[in-house]
Amino acid sequence: MATKASRTAARAMVSPAVILLLGWMIVPLAMTLYFSFLRYNLLNPTQGGFAGFDNYYYFLTNPAFFQALTNTLTLVLGVLVITVFGGIGLALLLDQPIWGQGVVRVLVIAPFFVMPTVSALVWKNMFMNPVNGMFAHMAKAMGLQPYDFLAHAPLASIIVIVAWQWLPFSTLILLTALQSLDREQQEAAEMDGASVFNRFVYLTVPHLTRAVTVVILIQTIFLLSVFAEILVTTNGGPGTASTNISYLVYAQSLLNYDVGGGSAGGIIAVILANIVAFFVMRMIGKNLDA
Amino acid sequence: MGKITLRNVVKRFGDAEVIPPLDLDIENGEFVVFVGPSGCGKSTLLRLIAGLEDTSDGVISIDGLDATDTPPAKRGLAMVFQSYALYPHMTVRKNIAFPLKMAGLSPEAAAKKVEAAAKVLNLTAYLDRKPGQLSGGQRQRVAIGRAIVREPKAFLFDEPLSNLDAALRVNMRLEISELHQTLKTTMVYVTHDQVEAMTMADKIVVLNAGRIEQVGSPLTLYNRPANLFVAGFIGSPKMNFVTGAEAEAHGAPTIGIRPEHIDLSAQNGDWQGKVGVSEHLGSDTFLHVHVPEVGVVTVRAGGEVAARHGDTVWLTLQADRIHRFGPDGKAL
Ligand SMILES: Nc1ncnc2c1ncn2[C@@H]1O[C@H](COP(=O)(O)OP(=O)(O)O)[C@@H](O)[C@H]1O
Ligand SMILES: [Mg+2]
Repeated sequence: MATKASRTAARAMVSPAVILLLGWMIVPLAMTLYFSFLRYNLLNPTQGGFAGFDNYYYFLTNPAFFQALTNTLTLVLGVLVITVFGGIGLALLLDQPIWGQGVVRVLVIAPFFVMPTVSALVWKNMFMNPVNGMFAHMAKAMGLQPYDFLAHAPLASIIVIVAWQWLPFSTLILLTALQSLDREQQEAAEMDGASVFNRFVYLTVPHLTRAVTVVILIQTIFLLSVFAEILVTTNGGPGTASTNISYLVYAQSLLNYDVGGGSAGGIIAVILANIVAFFVMRMIGKNLDA
Repeated sequence: MGKITLRNVVKRFGDAEVIPPLDLDIENGEFVVFVGPSGCGKSTLLRLIAGLEDTSDGVISIDGLDATDTPPAKRGLAMVFQSYALYPHMTVRKNIAFPLKMAGLSPEAAAKKVEAAAKVLNLTAYLDRKPGQLSGGQRQRVAIGRAIVREPKAFLFDEPLSNLDAALRVNMRLEISELHQTLKTTMVYVTHDQVEAMTMADKIVVLNAGRIEQVGSPLTLYNRPANLFVAGFIGSPKMNFVTGAEAEAHGAPTIGIRPEHIDLSAQNGDWQGKVGVSEHLGSDTFLHVHVPEVGVVTVRAGGEVAARHGDTVWLTLQADRIHRFGPDGKAL
């Protein structure tokens, strides 16, 4: 891409894709923006017209909004903490020469291939169900009272479910990073008198920062919009105890049939995601510079 | 102090015996070079001494104490790796200070040693850079700096110059020799390049398939190679080997003669041949002469020799420089 002609040609070549993607993004965004300023409730078709910032006002002052905001951030943070630390731990274990390594690796990666709705249902019915669930059986076997996870600790339960789904992803990325750790560096550190622990702190951890950054960035994007797991397990409840922003938008527009309010929520979610992205990039983005 | 002794040391990887039983003495303060073709077990031998590989059998002692089962950090040896193995996220200063930090030295004392080492190695201006911002030669020096500050009993180098360009390699070769003169610490140096071995070593250990073929000073190896392998490996260009009737005429199944020990004449001599390729280096000219019944013979002539392709020349062997080898390849 050195000459002027080749740069022009390159621009011409990529422009269809760029225009397509831009349209793909701009059209729904513009329509959402448009609806968010309309009085548009499916239960009340006679009422219409321009609503000004009313939809935003009602969405933001909805008592559920603040809880949904904290739930969203707790969910993201909780899953990130579990997957990053759990991922490093698992990656370190999987990096050891063990018998049956191939099979173990496939098993570790398996959860990633299970659809979110399916895995959430499996967790809900087979593990966390207070009557038939595995955990209930285990509790009973030990003479304890079964715990109704989804009723009493709904957000924590969802964090566990989502973390279980994302652990393979972080493990995989961190494992490849571990495997690219230079063996001679390790040996040099060993000769320099660094213990196993010191080698982990001074060599492995700095080496992993870039991979951890990638894990955090990618997961944050997906975790901000967790939805299926909440829908099939708790329906955002009890009350709004496990409602996050994307679930609140759904509840607003499809349970309350308030298209205008839901659109305003959608726009707020977009703004929120950008704020989070800004801070995440500020904090850890420099790790990506070579 | 840095006297390293290997007794009956064996190394096996699974069924493959990479180092058959081997004895070696490295004296205090010596510059010992392990040289041999690629894959002959030089690195493995060095790593056995360093403790990065376990011996399968035998005893390694350092300064008279059995160190066979001592972990690498406790052996008091420092190693410079072929890939430099610098810690990429640490500055040069931190890289060099790392072993001191691990040894629990106070930051002030460590800083003093780092400054001193940086001065010796001309690294003072680069102390706050990361390894990624340095040239190959500078990285090499940082790796050496990291080894020096530990004040080890011996330095171990594994092909430290093989990633450098030719001019830099010559410079670094001199610097390492210079460093050995200053520090007077034992150095064990691995290379596949016989020029490095010849120019740097006090003692050369020629390895072939894990076996020691010969141990001796550079000139001993050059003048009295113990066998065909050493004769062919040491010296550049390679020694000429002749078998058959011509060799029998000199009283051995195989004779060897170095290119620099053949006299060239346009009129008369022992062998008559035709000049093939001639390589002009300026100071020297290497002629590849095709001699009937003998084969291609490399001859070193002066830089001004005007032999052309296809010219007929006469070769005379310097009688006292002929090496004779028995049927088993050993020198007679
Ligand atoms: N970890 C290992 N496992 C199995 N074989 C090895 C290992 N390390 C080295 N070898 C074998 O040992 C022989 C000598 O290797 P090495 O010491 O690296 O040679 P050099 O440094 O002289 O080129 C080679 O044939 C190599 O394949
Ligand atoms: Mg090697």
